[in-house]
Amino acid sequence: MATRGFGAPVQRTNDSRLLTGGGHYVDDIPLAGALHVAFVRSPFARARIKRIDVSAARAHSGVAAVYTADDLGALDVEMPLLIPHPCLIGPRTQRPLARGDVHHVGQTVAMVVAVDRYVAEDAARLIEVDYEPLPVELDLEKAIKSDAPLVHGDVKNNIAAHFVQTSGDPDGAFARATHFTKIRVRVERSTAAPMECRAVAARYDTVSGELTVWDGTQAPISVRGGLASLFGLDEDKVRVIAPDVGGGFGQKVLLFYPDEILVPFAAMRLGRPVKFIEDRSENFIGSTQERTQIHEIELAATKDGDVLALRDSFLHDTGAYIPYGIAIAQVASTSIAGPYRVPNIWVEFKAVYTPTVPVTPYRGCGRPHACFAIERAMDQLADELGLDRFEVRRRNLIAPAQFPYTRQGLLFADGLAVTYDSGEYAKALELIAKEIDVAAFRQEQATALKAGRYLGLGLAFYVEGTGLGPYEGGHVKVHPITGKVYVNTGLSGQGQGHETVFAQIVADQLGVDPNDVIVVEGDTGVFDWGVATFASRAAVVSGNAIHKAALKARAIVLEAASNMLEAAIDDLELVDGKVRVKGTDRGATLAEVATATNPLRYAFNKAAQSATQFAPAARHDGPQLGEGRAPGIEATDYYAPPHATWAYGVHAAIVEVDPGLCSIKFHRYLCVHDCGNMINPAIVEGQVMGGVAQGVGGAFYERVEYDVDGNPRNANFMDFLVPYATEVPRVEMHHMETPSPLNPLGVKGVGEAGCIAVGQVLASALDDALKPFGVAPFREVPLSPNAIFEAIEAAKGRRP
Amino acid sequence: MSRRIAPVLAERSDDPRRAINLTVNGEAVTRDVSTRLLLSDFLRHDLRLTGTHVGCEHGVCGCCTVLIDGHSARSCLTLAVQADGSAIRTIESVAADDGTLHPVQRAFKECHALQCGFCTPGFVMSIVSHFEEAGTLDLSEDGVREMLSGNLCRCTGYQNIVAAVRRAAELMGRGGKG
Repeated sequence: MATRGFGAPVQRTNDSRLLTGGGHYVDDIPLAGALHVAFVRSPFARARIKRIDVSAARAHSGVAAVYTADDLGALDVEMPLLIPHPCLIGPRTQRPLARGDVHHVGQTVAMVVAVDRYVAEDAARLIEVDYEPLPVELDLEKAIKSDAPLVHGDVKNNIAAHFVQTSGDPDGAFARATHFTKIRVRVERSTAAPMECRAVAARYDTVSGELTVWDGTQAPISVRGGLASLFGLDEDKVRVIAPDVGGGFGQKVLLFYPDEILVPFAAMRLGRPVKFIEDRSENFIGSTQERTQIHEIELAATKDGDVLALRDSFLHDTGAYIPYGIAIAQVASTSIAGPYRVPNIWVEFKAVYTPTVPVTPYRGCGRPHACFAIERAMDQLADELGLDRFEVRRRNLIAPAQFPYTRQGLLFADGLAVTYDSGEYAKALELIAKEIDVAAFRQEQATALKAGRYLGLGLAFYVEGTGLGPYEGGHVKVHPITGKVYVNTGLSGQGQGHETVFAQIVADQLGVDPNDVIVVEGDTGVFDWGVATFASRAAVVSGNAIHKAALKARAIVLEAASNMLEAAIDDLELVDGKVRVKGTDRGATLAEVATATNPLRYAFNKAAQSATQFAPAARHDGPQLGEGRAPGIEATDYYAPPHATWAYGVHAAIVEVDPGLCSIKFHRYLCVHDCGNMINPAIVEGQVMGGVAQGVGGAFYERVEYDVDGNPRNANFMDFLVPYATEVPRVEMHHMETPSPLNPLGVKGVGEAGCIAVGQVLASALDDALKPFGVAPFREVPLSPNAIFEAIEAAKGRRP
Repeated sequence: MSRRIAPVLAERSDDPRRAINLTVNGEAVTRDVSTRLLLSDFLRHDLRLTGTHVGCEHGVCGCCTVLIDGHSARSCLTLAVQADGSAIRTIESVAADDGTLHPVQRAFKECHALQCGFCTPGFVMSIVSHFEEAGTLDLSEDGVREMLSGNLCRCTGYQNIVAAVRRAAELMGRGGKG
């Protein structure tokens, strides 16, 4: 029997290559004679450029070219506003190289191209730039005051967008309610920090006129379209390849980073391949970040804890530019009610410019913020009403019979009303309560306290709208010589395991081993319809497109084999790489069927010779290839989701706090997770565990710090603390599988899930652990030893 | 693009250079290198052994870990000229010549201990060096995590890497406490 595909923890198909040093990341692509790029970047958060002198750099030995904005011609423009929205006020986007003003530390001002990176950096230091520094305001709440210095002179109060959405009748519900809970929470700036920084290489072939760009991007097709437009080239003359990419987490999908344009530009100008390999410090100041939001959330409830309505008003820091429009803030504001009914909602946000690295979606994209706000508020409500934290949630969860559950008036990132498609929320909550054994923990906690140890229970429930459109495609082709199956889609992977799960989907339909399915994605030279990898969408959107294409290919195989074997289609089965007449040993290999469906003049190999032993694959009297038919076994199809499909999960943890050292230790971390049908549980678990680790970073360790002048203070791995194995807990994983009714495979996205809940898990665990000190609830992430120290000190100060 | 006159360009920098002799993956290598060239760049660009990755260039992430005379080291914090006379082993040398994976590599594959694969060679080299050291391995949860604490991974959450270390110990018949 062939290995079962869908649903099995199949080992990944390309790991041997990656494990033996055979990966091909952008900087590994051999490009003879490649030149290397270094940038001059702004050392000021806001300044006016008075003068740039590049003469010494141009004269430096080994330098091929130096460019400033003046040298860019038609490229000296603002980059596209990727997702326009009517609520945006004077939206501003990044430029390839600064013209006039700079808007954040790290902004690209000049570019040097030289024989190697060492020389390029030497020459970059020879470039003199005179800046006139301008005043800045980093504090979000002060930045929107009328006297605050402006990031962009023509954008009043630094407000980039203001948007209000309403669902139901919040005012009426607030008037009816008998209990009100209002809190303010804050999430701080962080960054994706993929292990491979961004990288771009380009080669221009003057003979064919083809521009080839290797880009560690999550969006090769979109980059291809954009580059063709900017350079005025035919699309088929531009090939963008995302080779192996060392993590992305959202940071690697921006159209465009300056280097994505300037590297191809220089390659065309200089007639030599050109490379830009971002270093770690540049990744901290040149590649996008996320997370800062300040929410004021108010719940209107009954005394029984039934939440009738909520109001949430928040500020969203968009950094120096807003290329993604309101994407992050919109996701946060529409995810704000979490898994709870809350039939009446009012949400408002202002997106605010600050002179910092621009903000674009980072794994979670507004969901961690929304989860933190609503879950902190639910905990507060429980405390105020004297209810157990599990109980207050239980009373508000959407019941299975209420799906699909629509929040009319709240438009999600796909522009459609928020509609949760399926879920078993109460069951998930019960499962985690049982697994963590709350009663037993309370005893353990009491015993520990007597011994001077402080344990706390953390709890968080989250939902995640995944699998956004518009669409993706799938292409399936059976190779006539080897019988191997080639599969393509337009989006690209950054380590998620697409090649394996897509192979599993196809393997089931064609009866082959997943290892005989070769998936090639992220190369516009191979397949160039589609969008990109973001919003936990690859399995949902490309997965279903590939599934549909595989069904078509299967039908072609069956029809041809039915003719070849002179058997009814219903009597055939596809197993072990063969089409077999059920209950017999009569059959044809997939290679033979693929050969037979391609009418050949020459029997150039054994498969072609052996194909002649069968009856013809096509049954008709006309030409060998029937009218309207294509040769071979090949099919393409597309999948466009009707709207987002909503995954969810509950996390809980037992955390010990050392009030002396103000350190934390996770004793247990539990996760109940439901992403619909799982294509590969091992890969799902990997995604969730990795997300939790990133969430732990965001909850306690990782914070991008800017000083009052807008200088990043910890733009390196010594000071920005990505957790090691010693900081990340083991995750006890429990799967639930509530299929999505929206797509043929019944799947939901999982890429971002793990990170969403962790801030709330830790904050609520610390609240619980430090109750004996009388600390006020934690309302800000990332937490830190300092935050614990200050909370304990403040509590001491409040004591009589 | 209009046809332009090809620029005059030096083949390489004017940096002072020095000859180095070393062994890389069992093969004798003699090269003339810039005195400021990092060992990581030397391996990757001069020798085209691109399995050694560069993640931070300041010694924190461990992606660039190689073995120098049997000891794990950050090739991004080592100059190529410092490696003169030493024996370097990189990820390309770990599997057998016929492609059979080393038990550590096999364990990574079995345990889904890698995702994007960028940090993976560094982890493998670091773990291999621990396994090659004499003495008892601490295979307790905390012990294995301590063993891994010189390398960052942003994808896996480490749990499956911990499992892979234990699986590798099993495959190699290396008992240990825990």
